[in-house]
Amino acid sequence: VKAGFRQSMAWLHAWSGLLAGWILFAVFLTGTASYFRPEITYWMRPEAHVAAPGPYSAQPMVDHLSRAAPSGFTISLPDERNPLASAFWRDPTAGGRGFRQAMLDPVTGTPLKGRETRGGEFFYRLHFQLHYVPPIWGRWIVGFCAMMMLTAIISGIVTHRRIFADFFTFRPRKGQRSWLDAHAATATLALPYHLMITYTGLVTLMLMYMPWGVQVAYQGDNRAFTTEIFGRLDPGRPSGRAAPLVPVDPLLAEASRLWGGAAPTRLVVTHPGDAASRVEVSRGPEGRLSNARDTIIFSGATGAVAGREGHGTGAAAAHGVLYGLHLGRFAGPALRALFFLSALAGTAMVGTGLILWAVKERQAASKAGRFGFGVRLVEVLNLAAVAGLPVAMAGFFWLNRLLPAEMPGRSEWEVDGFFMLWGACLLHAALRLGSRRGWVEQLALGGLLGIGLPVLNACTTSWHIGASIPAGEWRLAGLDLTVAAFGAMLLGGATYLLRRKAELPRVARNRAARRADSAEAEAAS
Amino acid sequence: MADMSGKSAIGEGRWPDYRRAAGITARAIAAVAGGYALASLSAVALTVILPLSRLDAVLTGMMVSFAVYAAAVIWVFAAPSAARAWGWMGAAAVVLASVAMLGHWQGAGQVLP
Repeated sequence: VKAGFRQSMAWLHAWSGLLAGWILFAVFLTGTASYFRPEITYWMRPEAHVAAPGPYSAQPMVDHLSRAAPSGFTISLPDERNPLASAFWRDPTAGGRGFRQAMLDPVTGTPLKGRETRGGEFFYRLHFQLHYVPPIWGRWIVGFCAMMMLTAIISGIVTHRRIFADFFTFRPRKGQRSWLDAHAATATLALPYHLMITYTGLVTLMLMYMPWGVQVAYQGDNRAFTTEIFGRLDPGRPSGRAAPLVPVDPLLAEASRLWGGAAPTRLVVTHPGDAASRVEVSRGPEGRLSNARDTIIFSGATGAVAGREGHGTGAAAAHGVLYGLHLGRFAGPALRALFFLSALAGTAMVGTGLILWAVKERQAASKAGRFGFGVRLVEVLNLAAVAGLPVAMAGFFWLNRLLPAEMPGRSEWEVDGFFMLWGACLLHAALRLGSRRGWVEQLALGGLLGIGLPVLNACTTSWHIGASIPAGEWRLAGLDLTVAAFGAMLLGGATYLLRRKAELPRVARNRAARRADSAEAEAAS
Repeated sequence: MADMSGKSAIGEGRWPDYRRAAGITARAIAAVAGGYALASLSAVALTVILPLSRLDAVLTGMMVSFAVYAAAVIWVFAAPSAARAWGWMGAAAVVLASVAMLGHWQGAGQVLP
């Protein structure tokens, strides 16, 4: 490879990484949390915590919803990871997009009482469509950043030609050199994952990003295209003749039998009580990579199988697999943990890349004797993104326990509170000019919020780790312990910085001079 | 280790500041807008020429287009000059557009259901 090419790629890597870096950091970190979306949602609904769920019946839920939503409804069925069912249905009297939704008690089938919260759904939505902007804009912005990420990864591979050597190199406590090593190590450690997650992320929204083939092959008939890709069968209109809905539990069992034992995850009933009613049962993620639909349709009046949706072949199947890989819902606990760690490595890669850029520029600036606006801006944004986001995320959990359960507009307040905290971190970062002291303060705050969460949980709910661990409720204890562990790491970072601060003034000058010399020597070689 | 701070063939060189800035801007536009146009054209061309069902052809075109986009961006910044980058990009666009047109005329009966 020519040196000029590598230099161009180094430039492209640095700039595409920097400009998209702050959004990418947030996308990576909230996306990482989204691997545990059902667990987070469950933790954030303490009133709904039930003892180990046994086999459930869908009948009470269907009976209740048939009265509440006569035109039809969708139920997400409980599973191992989420013992609660939820439902949504169209209701013209509801505000917004005209839908209502509720968490259901699987025993009685009625909506659960308890605090309103977006739960893990908030991080999940934030990671691909941001917030406070129309979702479609958010998706374009995130898609643009994902494309920057893809080019940053490719140009990064060209730049760091010594991939394996880099992985085994770490020179701690050497300033810029250590940041470079950390950046290269987290990047190479999970490189296939980073490429996979970035590319499949683009694929999940490709129907929106790249619709031009549809224009040509389907003459712009989007309906025909989506019908084909999802294998949708039109639910049709109600006949007007009444016919009672058959019991649904046998239909779920029959669908599971047709899938060779896989559990159903979704139940859609249209026009319950009508002769033309329909019951759709969709397969869950277990036992297959693909996220593509696999749905069996029953006649609601007779219970006979009326059709099967999904079953894509060729490229449609490949699309389903790429989509499924991004969501990772097929993964069991061990593989999920590996995905989670890889995603953390990705987050760390973006974070260390941002910091490396700032450290390098600061050094160049101090040699030149003046700090430009650009360096300061990067340092402030780095602090607010890397240290501020964990503060806001931990604060989101705190707000979930602190805001009164019956408060009106409660779930919006949780979200607004998250952004107020994050905004405060940005303001604080600006006041501290992204300095070391600013880092110590924000890391310490995030650390205290994280470590304090199990304590707060013990003060506000009965499902604290003292109760959940003996009961084997790892879904709940896992969140307390994970957040506390991250808190401990942040606090560790803060104390490390604080201790280094004491020794810094003495040696900084010498060390900076030596570093600059060796960097020059290396650049020249 | 290659320099990552921005002092390289693109970031700094023989040119005065404004020419360098103009070159970078031209490349950035070529990368973002030109790259998207090229990716779209490749998606359409693949949709038209692949001997698959229309659904499979459309999806394959979409999935491949992101790789084309990434390759285009890399190429734009690897090219010796911004003018060269634009020239190659235009040529590639013409080729892809011709393929799409030819395939569309030839197989007009097959593309439609």
